Amino acid sequence: MSYIFTVSPDFSPDHLSGWYIFNTWLQRQTGEAIHLELYDNFHAQRDAIQANQIDLIYANPFDAAMLVREKGFLPLVKAEGVSDEAIIAVRVDDIIDDVTQLSAGIKVAVTQDPDVHMIGMMMLEAGDLNANNIETHFYNNHVLIAKSLLQGDADVGIFLAEAFDDLSNLTKKQLKILVRSQISVIHHSLMIGPKLIARRTEIQQVLLTMNNDDKGKSVLNSLGFNAWAKVEDEEMEFMIDLMDTLII
Amino acid sequence: MLSDMKPEDIVGNYKETVLNLYGDGSRKIFYTDIETPYPDGKLIASTTDKLGIITHVNQSFIEMSGYTEHELIGMPHSILRHPDMPSVAFKDLWDTVNRGEKWQGFVKNLRKDGGYYWVKATVIPNIRNGQVVGYTSVRRKPSRTKVNECIQLYPTLF
Repeated sequence: MSYIFTVSPDFSPDHLSGWYIFNTWLQRQTGEAIHLELYDNFHAQRDAIQANQIDLIYANPFDAAMLVREKGFLPLVKAEGVSDEAIIAVRVDDIIDDVTQLSAGIKVAVTQDPDVHMIGMMMLEAGDLNANNIETHFYNNHVLIAKSLLQGDADVGIFLAEAFDDLSNLTKKQLKILVRSQISVIHHSLMIGPKLIARRTEIQQVLLTMNNDDKGKSVLNSLGFNAWAKVEDEEMEFMIDLMDTLII
Repeated sequence: MLSDMKPEDIVGNYKETVLNLYGDGSRKIFYTDIETPYPDGKLIASTTDKLGIITHVNQSFIEMSGYTEHELIGMPHSILRHPDMPSVAFKDLWDTVNRGEKWQGFVKNLRKDGGYYWVKATVIPNIRNGQVVGYTSVRRKPSRTKVNECIQLYPTLF
């Protein structure tokens, strides 16, 4: 029997090969046939989840509630020291210095990444802005959001903070951060589905000790972090509750 | 039961009043006109048990309230109750969450030093295995327009 593993479609393109390497490593460690299936967008991935096709997922926090409460998934681990934060930015020469100076009718550039979009909208709310009084423009990645700002196609960009930090210095010099979220408790999580749940503790332990050997460390580096950290059930429940309070 | 506030903790000129806290007795409080701005990009989060007793606070909660974590855990959430907040707002909160629904509202909170801060608060019931085991409250930066509306509205609700 082959299991299906998938990754939240918002992963950095730099880590694409890393997820394939990780999947190979995971198969060796567990002795299970696991197929990595990547989806182009969240919609396609959610359809697969709803059709019970997914057994392991590196999930966006936005999908955690559905995975846990509707599909019987449980958390395994998260990337140590990594949380999902958002940045609101404008062009560096913009007269706007604070979210509260923004006006209704502005064009806001975002990706399809649902949790970053949600955090960004939450920060715009302080300026009396909401989905009904802005123009939302979707882009495929954060580089294109930066480009849309620099070309004047958008007034404000909502970035995943990590992606913003990874923009070239030349691009960053042409942008101005209005606000950076400091929430700390919203994070992607590797989660396990009902068909594999009997092996949860064992797989969790394998992941938590992954950074103890050179091969494991090298696989983790290809994913962009140094170690996995355990996610307790209650931590996941707290994150789901917190996300619930932020959905407007 | 909440103890009275202490004058020596207060920063600046203060007024004094006694609040009647539903289920938590009464509390003498001292309050000032000093506002602490909501920190950009942060969330203030706390969890209570079913009776409104604080079981968890995050660092932003500690920083904005002015209390230590030790002083907060085990206390009623009404430790933040400001005299400018009408009790009808909290009745609506409890009525809403007791129906298992999400409550949102703008709240003026009282700090340990007598100052205040405005938040947009959202409270949801924590449901575990089908049972309500407590409540999570998450506050975000409020829009100034909404705060100004509340400054006009709340005095009319007493």
